[in-house]
Amino acid sequence: MRPSSPQAAVRRALGYLVLVFFALVFIAPFIITLVTSFKTDSDATLNPLSPIPHPVTLSAWDQIFGIGSTASVTDVPRWLFNSAFVAVMITMARVVLDSLAGYALARLEFRGRKLIFAFIVATMAVPGVVLLIPQFLVLKQLHLFNSYPGMIIPIAADAVGIFLMRQFFLQVPVALEEAGRIDGASTWQIYWNIVLPAVRPGLITLTIISFQGSWNQFQFFLIATISPKYYTLTTGLANLVNGGLSSGNQFPLKLGASLLTIIPMALMFFLLQKHLVRGRLAGAVKG
Amino acid sequence: MATVPQTGAPINTRGELTADAPAPRDGARAKPKSGRSRLRRGENLFGWLFVSPSVAILVLFMVIPIFLALYVSFTNWSGLTSPFSHSVQFVGLTNYRTLVTRPGLYQTDFATSIRDNFYFFLFTVPLQTVLALWLANLVNSKFLRAKGFFRTAFYFPSVTSSIAITIVFIFLFQGDGVVNTILGWFGAKGPDWIYDQNGVFTNILNGLGISSPGWGNHMFIGLSLWNWVAGPSIGMCVLIILLVWTTSGTFMLFFLAAMQAIGEEVDEASSIDGTTPWQRFRFVTVPMLRPALVLVVTLGFISTWQVFDQVVLLGPQNPTTITPSYFAYQVSFQDSNFGAGAAVAFLLFCLIIFLTVLQRRFIKEDLTK
Repeated sequence: MRPSSPQAAVRRALGYLVLVFFALVFIAPFIITLVTSFKTDSDATLNPLSPIPHPVTLSAWDQIFGIGSTASVTDVPRWLFNSAFVAVMITMARVVLDSLAGYALARLEFRGRKLIFAFIVATMAVPGVVLLIPQFLVLKQLHLFNSYPGMIIPIAADAVGIFLMRQFFLQVPVALEEAGRIDGASTWQIYWNIVLPAVRPGLITLTIISFQGSWNQFQFFLIATISPKYYTLTTGLANLVNGGLSSGNQFPLKLGASLLTIIPMALMFFLLQKHLVRGRLAGAVKG
Repeated sequence: MATVPQTGAPINTRGELTADAPAPRDGARAKPKSGRSRLRRGENLFGWLFVSPSVAILVLFMVIPIFLALYVSFTNWSGLTSPFSHSVQFVGLTNYRTLVTRPGLYQTDFATSIRDNFYFFLFTVPLQTVLALWLANLVNSKFLRAKGFFRTAFYFPSVTSSIAITIVFIFLFQGDGVVNTILGWFGAKGPDWIYDQNGVFTNILNGLGISSPGWGNHMFIGLSLWNWVAGPSIGMCVLIILLVWTTSGTFMLFFLAAMQAIGEEVDEASSIDGTTPWQRFRFVTVPMLRPALVLVVTLGFISTWQVFDQVVLLGPQNPTTITPSYFAYQVSFQDSNFGAGAAVAFLLFCLIIFLTVLQRRFIKEDLTK
């Protein structure tokens, strides 16, 4: 250990000060959001920074869930259901399809494997935003526009997930599979009974990043649907902000609904942070 | 399990499923290959079975759309009928001309979107990289307690919904909102952030008493030169702050992972000969972090040209925050001019691919040095 000088102590204190300042900058917006959702519209507008709602009101939350006499101007419960339903379906599909493809690319020797792998890596370089208009064209042609299947199928497999699973399968010892083969197991049995259980951490990571991605998905749902009955929390919120429903600024309502979108991610984040971080770092290879 | 009877049936459907991929050709050669090794029997078949659903989705919803967009960008398709119907006319380069060379509203809007996205890119990439590196360096300090707390606090915004966060920022940056209240404590009067269309550079020059010189009135691709050099608008600054705030946590993680790989020995060794922490950081840590730096800058290069979600909420309030990706959406879905929209998307696609290739070349050079 280095002997600590007074200079070093000052530096360390300064370091803490800077860190605490930035921690505040990163966390405060969420606290302000939470507090504001319990304010009245005028309180939110006049005292945006006051930490205590005056008066404390549940009216924004009543509106969000359509409780009491306040007729719900929004259909947040439906958005919530759509978000959850679509995210669960996409996640399940991705876990199945990405791991199948990842395993084949990692371990199965088939003609054209290198070509397929190069193709999948190449699709990772395609910028998502420029696909929006053409994806709309394809959805229309296939009569999938404005439907649940149209929201799910096009993003039911993703190159990053396949790449991630391939990395996990590559780490499984080959001897494990060889032993299975000598016992006469079929390729499917080896995959299902031997290899898949060995990549559990990978499956957990994939589940989390897929759920996060599809829960927060906005741009694809924006072009894949048009009816309010298919609004998710993200597309519904965007419509609430841009749309004509505005009576006043309605910030408590908008921020409450935003918080509702953030909370599931926050819970997942705090419970499963390690997996999220691993997924993000593995996904970074796509650059 | 029902696996055994399943193996027979999909052979017939496999060719159809992957009709766009080179599956049938390879499938035809399956037999001699699998006959070579008894242990690996059926791997050719299973390999294709396993990858074909994913490949089919990627081909159908990523590859075909690119070519379809290219085709539509040469037509006057309105989005109502099939793009292949008789009412759709082939118009050659007209859509591209309206955007780039023919004076008019689209040319001005397209030029504005390119300018705005360029300034967004110019400020966001260095800011997020430097902030991420700085935070990583602070969090990595071996004397720091509660490392986990700080790491969590900085990373958390990255996992939240871009739409929800943008709404939060719209609230924070209201004219008499949170940010301006805080600025008020220091005696500063903040602008009407979200709606202010004035360029930052223009404001500074005006403050110094400099107004547009003669050359500033020359038009260049739909905008006057004075407009080109206006800098990001105040509204765009909100978008820059928002993006730096949400992405630097992720990039901090990349730097942290790289720093942990370097280890403490180098740091300890160099600290012996009386160097300052800044010198150690500048001449030891940063050069060793070069791969991570290149990665972060590359991701920044690509992602800043794809910003879309946030603009959907900010763009309608302030036209100087509109990016080409949102402009393409506007032209297509609001003006029903899918031909021009696809042309914008395709030009953006070429730009991003160009930037990617440029970066790859840069990295390659970097590795050979």
